[in-house]
Amino acid sequence: MEKPVIATASLAGCFGCHMSLLDIDERILDLIELVDFNKSPINDIKEFARECDIGLIEGGCCLDENVHVLKDFRNHCRILVSVGECAIMGGLPAMRNGISVRECLEEAYLNGPSVRNYNENKILPNDEELPVLLNRVYPCHEVVKIDYFLPGCPPDADLLWRALTALLNNRKMDLPYEVFKFD
Amino acid sequence: MADLNNFTIDGLKCLAREGTSIIDAARQNDQFIPTLCNLEGVPPKGACRVCTVRVNGKLMTACTAKISQGMEIENQTEELNEMRKSIVEMLFVEGNHFCPSCEKSGECELQALAYRFEMTVPRYPYFYPKRNIDASHPRIVKDHNRCILCKRCVRAIKDEKGRSIFAFLDRGFETRIYLDPDLAGQLTEERARKAVEVCPVGAIMPRGEGFKTPIGRRKYDRHPIGSDM
Repeated sequence: MEKPVIATASLAGCFGCHMSLLDIDERILDLIELVDFNKSPINDIKEFARECDIGLIEGGCCLDENVHVLKDFRNHCRILVSVGECAIMGGLPAMRNGISVRECLEEAYLNGPSVRNYNENKILPNDEELPVLLNRVYPCHEVVKIDYFLPGCPPDADLLWRALTALLNNRKMDLPYEVFKFD
Repeated sequence: MADLNNFTIDGLKCLAREGTSIIDAARQNDQFIPTLCNLEGVPPKGACRVCTVRVNGKLMTACTAKISQGMEIENQTEELNEMRKSIVEMLFVEGNHFCPSCEKSGECELQALAYRFEMTVPRYPYFYPKRNIDASHPRIVKDHNRCILCKRCVRAIKDEKGRSIFAFLDRGFETRIYLDPDLAGQLTEERARKAVEVCPVGAIMPRGEGFKTPIGRRKYDRHPIGSDM
């Protein structure tokens, strides 16, 4: 029988959730016995080579490129999981949600104490190759349909392991209190 | 004793003095009714509705309703816990509750209830309101992003003449807690500490202190809120 296939992505995240996935310790050996990885920063596969069973999304949508990747994942993954606070509610990047994009950019590139004296020509990044900032940060489930949510910052390695093995074995997720946290 | 009333909670026989609030009576009988705004020893407010129970078939808030003889109270039912969960979800989307960066995380009653009700994500869309942080007082920092308007600080923190040091300012969505400028000086070290303590979320925090208890040793890290009953 073919192994189930997992894909992962980090959108507006810090890769902490991916680190937490690696934090399952020696069970990582069991995991690679159980599944194949497709598009993921872990194996550096950039484009979907096939349809996947489970997609793990870290981070919310803060750029147009994030939306593109997220929709791509929805199209190629049977089950899509929001992993971590940023994917679920925007997380720390969403702290800019009450502030206009212009104000954010001006603070980051013109007025902030570390740039104030160094950006003489007052340039905001404007290369057309660069992805565009969205008006605010969007949780993943406000952009596409998400099937499961695993909270935490990052989600505990044990929580990820239990959730993944439950999904792979078609079992109900049993998420114990000690590892079900928002921080 | 004539003033003792018999009643049941989820079919369990209980006993309490007549006139006791349902929530206190439940506590005396070791039954947990979740709440966010109620505080033992402070007049109830009925603000958060999380303690809603079914009394003889009717919904009422357990903090404001009083026990009477023969009451049949439903508490831990799927229907009620689902309603309570949806209130918690509404509170999560209504403010800016960034748990990972909050000093109260692990000791926050709103978060603890979300854990208890196994909330993975609120079913409602996030508001992301623009709210301010007020660090003008020398003893406390008020973070309006986290305030759930339970009025605990208003009701519990008084000066020696019994006047509330905290108050509500504005109305509706703009409502926020406010330090009465004439009484702000009365917020002594002790009262400030108490204000921090009574706040169920991280809306009132002490200055110059945060993340004091390590993760794993905080109040709700290992056991759900209410599991001591």
